[in-house]
Amino acid sequence: MTTVSVTNRPVVAKVRNAFAAHRINWIDIGIWVVAIGAYFVVPTYLSLGTTVLIMILFTLSLDLAVGYGGIDTLGQGAFYGVGGYAAAFWALNVTGEPISGLIVGGGVAGLLALIAGPIVLRTRGLTLIMITLAISSMLGEFAVTAKSITGGDDGLTGYHIEPVFGLFHFDIYYRTAYFYALGVLAAAFIVARIVVNSPFGLTVRGIRENPVRMRLLGVRIRNRLIGLFTLSAAMAGVAGGLTAQVTGLIGVDTLTFLVSGNALISLILGGFGRLYGAFLGAALFYIFSDRAAAINPFHWLLALGILLILAVRFMPNGLMGLADQLRRKEDPLDRSGP
Amino acid sequence: MSEAGNTQPALEVSGLCKNFGALPVTQNIDLTLYPGARHALIGPNGAGKTTLVNQITGVLKPDAGAIRLFGTDITHATPERRVALGVVRTFQIISLFLRLTVAENVGLAVAAARSIDAKPWGSLRDDDRVVEGVRELLERLDLLSVAERQLSELGYGQRRLVEIALALALKPKVLLLDEPAAGVSSRDLGMLLEILTRLPSDIAILVIEHDMSLVFRFAHRISVLVGGALLVEGSVDEVRANQQVRDVYLGRRAHV
Ligand SMILES: Nc1ncnc2c1ncn2[C@@H]1O[C@H](COP(=O)(O)OP(=O)(O)OP(=O)(O)O)[C@@H](O)[C@H]1O
Ligand SMILES: [Mg+2]
Repeated sequence: MTTVSVTNRPVVAKVRNAFAAHRINWIDIGIWVVAIGAYFVVPTYLSLGTTVLIMILFTLSLDLAVGYGGIDTLGQGAFYGVGGYAAAFWALNVTGEPISGLIVGGGVAGLLALIAGPIVLRTRGLTLIMITLAISSMLGEFAVTAKSITGGDDGLTGYHIEPVFGLFHFDIYYRTAYFYALGVLAAAFIVARIVVNSPFGLTVRGIRENPVRMRLLGVRIRNRLIGLFTLSAAMAGVAGGLTAQVTGLIGVDTLTFLVSGNALISLILGGFGRLYGAFLGAALFYIFSDRAAAINPFHWLLALGILLILAVRFMPNGLMGLADQLRRKEDPLDRSGP
Repeated sequence: MSEAGNTQPALEVSGLCKNFGALPVTQNIDLTLYPGARHALIGPNGAGKTTLVNQITGVLKPDAGAIRLFGTDITHATPERRVALGVVRTFQIISLFLRLTVAENVGLAVAAARSIDAKPWGSLRDDDRVVEGVRELLERLDLLSVAERQLSELGYGQRRLVEIALALALKPKVLLLDEPAAGVSSRDLGMLLEILTRLPSDIAILVIEHDMSLVFRFAHRISVLVGGALLVEGSVDEVRANQQVRDVYLGRRAHV
């Protein structure tokens, strides 16, 4: 047992503060105020809003793997798709109760990561990118061929999702869906936040920075990465499950590379390894894409490309990096977050 | 310390051999360190010093020979296992966590040593024992003033000290220091030597170093490695006086 003497107190406080923590700040308040406010201010856009919330959740799951753990995966979409199919399958064959459906979606995706992890995480860099890409293409092929389970090209549909907690019926205006997705996102965010602040969270950041050294600290880095990969996949699976439940349809398009690519772009826009990068980035990406496509259905991808180029040029650390810069101007002693 | 501790070697390397292709980098090396040893390993560039350390820590597999720790054979143990048993090293090429703070760097090692690195809740900053452990190490290495800095903001000398702090956090019984003074300015060298001499006296330390003034002041015994083979081993005075050593190695670095 150690006792802290009175004279040591300022020093101990200094050491304590040297450990970064994801702190509650104005961004927290702002994000949740905007999310709840949107429900009342733009009630006709709740379908888009729900999509954005789900994609924030999916991007958050990617940030855990890529931003915190340095697992440069391009196969995150596989977990999203698998989670979606599992939740739809559950609704079709077992029960339309939504919460259990999400648990099944997250569970199946997490299980897949637990099986694939030991193989995938043996590699790093380009090899890992190619392997994760290959695995997700294989799953896509499987979804097309295994018609009896996945419905083939048509996907799974025609299931009924029961009210949330038996109380809140899903409606065509996405009112329930929006709050349902928001609640799930908030829960996932709290989990993510606890994990990144924990000793485990610091350890995976250490592995991202320098795996060899981490190993020589006696840390079993493969196991830590498998743990992170599984958590991240489960979260992606929950996002897929949400999509299946609120849209009433899950198709092979959820298993394409595009899903992973969009989330990666969202993180580039928002900032890696920051949690809130996923919020800002995915919101910007999906709202911008939606508006650009509505205004000009033929050239919106061009607009997206220009946005991306400008973002990389002027905010290399994403919107969160930009926020840090502005904050540091006010307070030169402030450090950037985790 | 037990009776056996006085007679039993902390680290015993015997008949170790390793080739890189046709290049023999470790040739039948014997090396024994008792608890409390201050042993220097010197030799020209490319002599195989770092390669020897890599075999002792388990990063490289030897082709033949054995490595024992307090009598236990660890020749085939994983690097993680060896760390747990007390074989710890620092790196010639500084190997730390650039985008983490100094305290986080050390905290990672303290957490690993306490086996709480997999705990997915709580925080190191709220763990009094970890914070106290980090504080104590930072104080011992004169790093308290930079605890909150990102490692990337530190100069070379201080990074060397963080390297040593990480190693000490793992509670080593055998500490392998691979060129702790490399890149350290002559201004900081005195401080480094002082910190090295203050290290716990029961740890067996093997130091690889090119700076002879540091070697002569720190070490009690010296092994000279040339072309992968041991040329001579002896006390500081013996090695200094050895004509072969002067010819092969020290002679070239005239300032002995
Ligand atoms: N992984 C490797 N594959 C092939 N050859 C290697 C490898 N690592 C080191 N070598 C060679 O083995 C020899 C010994 O290298 P080592 O790094 O052990 O020398 P050293 O004594 O530590 O030298 P220095 O004083 O420069 O640090 C060198 O000739 C080096 O080029
Ligand atoms: Mg070397």
